[in-house]
Amino acid sequence: MDQAVRQTVPQPTRRRVWAFDGGLHLPDHKLESTGRPVRPAALPARLWLPLQQHIGEPAQPVVSVGDLVLKGQLVARPKGAVSAGIHAPTSGTIVAIGPHAIPHPSGLSATCIELASDGRDAWAELPAPWPDFAARDPAELRERVRWAGIVGLGGAAFPSSLKLSPRADQPIHTLVLNGAECEPYITCDDMLMRGHPDRVVEGARVLRHVVGAGIVLIGIEDNKPEAIAAMRHAVATAGDARIEVVVIPTKYPSGGEKQLIRVLTGAEVPSHGIPAQIGVVCQNVATAAAVADAVVRGLPLISRIVTLTGEGVAEPCNLEVLIGTPARELVAQAGGYTPRVAKLILGGPMMGFALPHDDVPITKAANCLLAPSRAESPPPPAPLPCIRCGRCAEACPVGLLPQQMYWWARAKDLDKTQDYNLFDCIECGCCAHVCPSHIPLVQYYRYAKTEAWAKEQERRKAEQARHRHETRVARLERLEAERKSKLRKKKEELETPTADAPAGDPKKAAIQAALERAAAKKAALAAQGVAPKNTEELTPAQQRQVDAADARRQAADAPVDAESRD
Amino acid sequence: MRFPTLSSPHLTGPNSTTRVMAEVLLALVPGIVALAWYFGWGVVINVALASVVAVAAEAAVLRLRGRPVGPALSDLSALVTAWLFAVSIPPTLPWWLTVVGILFAIVLVKQLYGGIGHNPFNPAMAGYLLLLVSYPVQMTAWLPPTLLADHVLSFQDAFALIFLGTPPAGLALDAITQATPLDVMRQKLDLNQMISEIRQSPLWGDFGGRGWEWVGNWFLLGGLYLLARRVITWHIPASMLGAMLVAAGVFWLADPETHPFPAFHLFSGGAILGAFFIATDPVTACTTRKGQLIYGALIGLLVFAIRSWGGYPDAVAFCVLLLNIAAPTIDHYTQPRVFGHAKGKTHDR
Repeated sequence: MDQAVRQTVPQPTRRRVWAFDGGLHLPDHKLESTGRPVRPAALPARLWLPLQQHIGEPAQPVVSVGDLVLKGQLVARPKGAVSAGIHAPTSGTIVAIGPHAIPHPSGLSATCIELASDGRDAWAELPAPWPDFAARDPAELRERVRWAGIVGLGGAAFPSSLKLSPRADQPIHTLVLNGAECEPYITCDDMLMRGHPDRVVEGARVLRHVVGAGIVLIGIEDNKPEAIAAMRHAVATAGDARIEVVVIPTKYPSGGEKQLIRVLTGAEVPSHGIPAQIGVVCQNVATAAAVADAVVRGLPLISRIVTLTGEGVAEPCNLEVLIGTPARELVAQAGGYTPRVAKLILGGPMMGFALPHDDVPITKAANCLLAPSRAESPPPPAPLPCIRCGRCAEACPVGLLPQQMYWWARAKDLDKTQDYNLFDCIECGCCAHVCPSHIPLVQYYRYAKTEAWAKEQERRKAEQARHRHETRVARLERLEAERKSKLRKKKEELETPTADAPAGDPKKAAIQAALERAAAKKAALAAQGVAPKNTEELTPAQQRQVDAADARRQAADAPVDAESRD
Repeated sequence: MRFPTLSSPHLTGPNSTTRVMAEVLLALVPGIVALAWYFGWGVVINVALASVVAVAAEAAVLRLRGRPVGPALSDLSALVTAWLFAVSIPPTLPWWLTVVGILFAIVLVKQLYGGIGHNPFNPAMAGYLLLLVSYPVQMTAWLPPTLLADHVLSFQDAFALIFLGTPPAGLALDAITQATPLDVMRQKLDLNQMISEIRQSPLWGDFGGRGWEWVGNWFLLGGLYLLARRVITWHIPASMLGAMLVAAGVFWLADPETHPFPAFHLFSGGAILGAFFIATDPVTACTTRKGQLIYGALIGLLVFAIRSWGGYPDAVAFCVLLLNIAAPTIDHYTQPRVFGHAKGKTHDR
């Protein structure tokens, strides 16, 4: 932006910003990757689309192997409420639906749709653009966002449409757009705000309409002056007084959702709560741009900006990347690895996870591929015992006592870790970064959380089993009681003296009655000429058969008797 | 291409345990130099002897425990214990007492509890107290500051006194030792002397004992360095010294003839050394901010109480150990409010 334009941008009144305790001032390493403008990455020959790129249920494929798909065509639909659909990032053929390496800390594979691009990049038929979104029902817009498969692009990848459905009892007054980008090295949001501030502002207006917020606050750290100027210019151009660009001090992790809301509004999202409880919805600036694309232009989410940086890549840069592009191809387009590359990290150096190899596709949440050198990300020294110096507690942005949680996590006392609010930990890594003993604290907390979840699940299972057992016991008892009462009833019936047997033993009377019934039946049968089959009136042939059988029986018995006598 | 996968964060800060301990050692240097200036070569000999014994003992126990010796020694924590111990004992303490004290501190109080980070008590103070209660005569036989001494001990004198137990030719041991100002103050007060009378003696400087007050100043300088380097925070020193001064001030205002001026407390005995170097030992102190304020304040009050009415002239070591026991409990009840939690509610359950 030239000087003349900058001068026309009205300087907004200074809005108060709040502070959060803890946090770190880290060397930001942003300049490496902001020197070149964002350029589109080359069209890959193969793309792998993981069915799970978001929090929630994996998407369900709606294409089969061999299908031809067009760019923007839905290839997997959301399954259930918490899920997001996936669209073909380019036109081509579905060549496989099966396991492929995905970017996940576990390094495991998961089901991906493999797409061989045909190079035509031909668009499918798209839904109508809605430049008139302000006149439309929020529910309709929400459905469009869901259709577009938009998830939080800041890294959390939570399906956005869900965040946009405020409850009637939780009215939203403020929409916060997160342009803080507090992690070192990452610059994709910075570059988006510099290059396409109008899309972000457009997205802000759409989102504000959808959630019914009064005001939009766009928080940007003060180490991004170009982005701030561009965004202010775009807001001024839009002439929207209910959107404010707020410059916040650079401090990691001010881009954490709860931290940013605190900085911009002074309010704290309750522990284990969501921002809507205090009338706030927070979205990343890139998510806002994607929402604008979906609503105003009818485009699904099929690409994103990815930062490639670190001393391990030759030409650090930002690329506009189709979802599903293998990381390896992107590194090649950033000049390839330098000999100094030591690691490959997806995300930033504080919260990103190390990839075992680069044969993984870019997902919707992948904001940065960081290839640091050994100097940038040295192997951690061997951990020493904790000396309880408390630097971690000073650095913790949540106000936890990491040294105490570490102590209990190490002792595997999970209840105690939760007494110290383990589950409030956001795993930002500040504590581990300042630890003089170089203890991998975050790893201990992840371990404790996982163990606690497993234990909770086990507890729930045991609870279910106990419930099932109790139900079964109750059922058996009920059946037994029913059987007994039936028997008792029958007995009582039998014991009740009847009019036919006025005197004597009721048992005898019953026997007498049975004998009489038998005699009567016999007489009736005899009257019909049916004689019972018995040993009287045998023919000679029958008699012989009977005698032979008796003889065999005796012969068979004899040796047994002899043996038994010995 | 394959890469190593390690857990985040992937950036390691520049801080290290070795740096922390080295800063503490560095901060102790001005105080040690001042102590040596006023009390002679014995101080230097004690520091050297304690250091050698501490490092050797630490290495020996680590080897017995089958732990790597190198990293544990390179954290310098044994040296910190040795130096703190050495500046607490009289400058001419017989060598074998120093050895006993250090062995107790390093072997029993530190290593048998699991080594650095696991000891509930401050090793240097535990070692010091073992000697104080077991060998009270030797442990209270201080030298007068050199500017008051009739006979200034040379290096050879100090060496002979420490290792051979032989005082300089023609002098009895009693002739060269002297009680500490705190001890003198206490004895004279017990004899119902007024502060104004007591202070007639040439023993006194502007605040505390002559010489002694300057040692206190140099330790204070080191303490401020630790604060500036953020090795310690202000909470424990401020609350400890603050509580002691307030308590001393209240009694001094009530009766200045039987209670010394508050600054006397500050610049006598182990108050400043204790506030900045001993009570702040992170391993044994409280770790919550609020807890540290309570911890420091209780130490300060107890120091004043024992100095005024207890059986010992100084009490920093006792009070620190006493509050070491209380630290986990104080920590438990002073957890900070966590982000997003209601006030006064420390946890969910």
